[in-house]
Amino acid sequence: MDSPFGLLAELTYRCPLACPYCSNPLNLADYQDELTTDEWLRVLTEAEDLGVLQCHLSGGEPLLRRDLVELVAHAHALGLYTNLITSALGFSRRKAEELRAAGLDHVQISIQADEPAVSDRIAGITSFRRKIEAMGVVKELGWPLTMNVVLHRHNIDRVADVLALAEEVGADRVELANTQYYGWAWRNRAALLPSRAQLEAAEAVARAAGERLRDRMDIIYVIPDYYSRYPKPCMGGWASRQLTVTPNGDVLPCPAAQSLPLPRASVREDSLERIWAESPVMTAFRGTDWMPEPCRSCPRREVDFGGCRCQAFLLTGDAARTDPVCHLSPDHDLVAKAVEAANAGSRDDDPPLVPRPHRPGPPPVARSRPGRPGARRRPG
Amino acid sequence: MDPTRTGPTRTRSTTPPGVGVSGSDRPRLAAHVRLTFSRTRQRKALLHPETVVVLNGSGAAILELCDGRHTVAEIVTELGARYETVPDDEVRQFLARLVARRWVELTDG
Repeated sequence: MDSPFGLLAELTYRCPLACPYCSNPLNLADYQDELTTDEWLRVLTEAEDLGVLQCHLSGGEPLLRRDLVELVAHAHALGLYTNLITSALGFSRRKAEELRAAGLDHVQISIQADEPAVSDRIAGITSFRRKIEAMGVVKELGWPLTMNVVLHRHNIDRVADVLALAEEVGADRVELANTQYYGWAWRNRAALLPSRAQLEAAEAVARAAGERLRDRMDIIYVIPDYYSRYPKPCMGGWASRQLTVTPNGDVLPCPAAQSLPLPRASVREDSLERIWAESPVMTAFRGTDWMPEPCRSCPRREVDFGGCRCQAFLLTGDAARTDPVCHLSPDHDLVAKAVEAANAGSRDDDPPLVPRPHRPGPPPVARSRPGRPGARRRPG
Repeated sequence: MDPTRTGPTRTRSTTPPGVGVSGSDRPRLAAHVRLTFSRTRQRKALLHPETVVVLNGSGAAILELCDGRHTVAEIVTELGARYETVPDDEVRQFLARLVARRWVELTDG
């Protein structure tokens, strides 16, 4: 067992945005009892003790936490590389200056599209102008700027314009991340999954821009795994390199693992060190012993680690199956059918996009926890 | 140099080509990159928003000298004094890989 390198601190699931591809869990109401400032300070200290070197401050919108500056200062004092992943709403000049003084290393700002009306429509709130202003502040205060864009059926045709915008605002890195189907994105999968033609066009644009802007900008293109032959090496292997702490203190190997039927592990009940080493949520799929066929005898088992456990669970109801994205998976037809639907000639009946709520409302949408293991689930 | 991806699964749109590094260049770490010491691993590590590179002794020694003042030639000399077997082209290749990733920047001598 190695020490983890990165901590994803999901400070809150509250968010001013309502993006339908959000990876936060559907049962947002279960995460309202957020960790206190003191609890987060302890988590950061314990994470550094455990070997963590990077701290990603995310959410929801981390700027909604009034103690964000204090948490950044503490992480910085521990020597951690601090990375803020934000919608930029609430990133005022004053707040930015406080964060800079506290030692924040890097800022990633999301944008939903290059065009104000499209971006605002996907975000569910007027936000585009504020995001662009915030990017200006990031550059002005001397931070490197990463622009994050989640790609899906409704904005992927605009990749060239998105990259032109990134150039215009002086982004140092651009992450073009094809939607991963967890949380709200899973619920909205049918509406979000792009066609093969859309993907191929976007990839060609990203590749050409990567060449052209080689000396100025890093373009990171996150692969759309539904269209891949092999699964992604999710998180570099289960509980191998990273850990996530959710707003209420649950500890997970990745931010999508809330939905798996594994016993909870919480920083409110145990130390991070013990959880990392011993808790079932960490040990269940660590290494290769858990693997079924065809993974067990596959030469790629230490290349992709059987793919994503959460994706296997969402698609088949069994987290211990081969990721159905893999063409060798006995469940691959589940992915093939979704892809087929996304490529059907006419889509007169485009499925509606369900926005995630800004905060849990009464009563919350149906919980994401599927029922019996083995039950086949369809996207919502 | 074996970078450990710590971010989500991703791939680059392009593989940066090799970059020439000359003896008079003065390398320095890029703004978004930090050199740190990992207590747990008792190793130096290079930190980037999504990646960690745990360094061996000579890698760490090279990067500590990437301060925008030392030239590549001076770094090679310095390393030669500390380690018996750090050939010139190995230092250059190491730096060239980091320059290609935009983790190290070069200024002319």
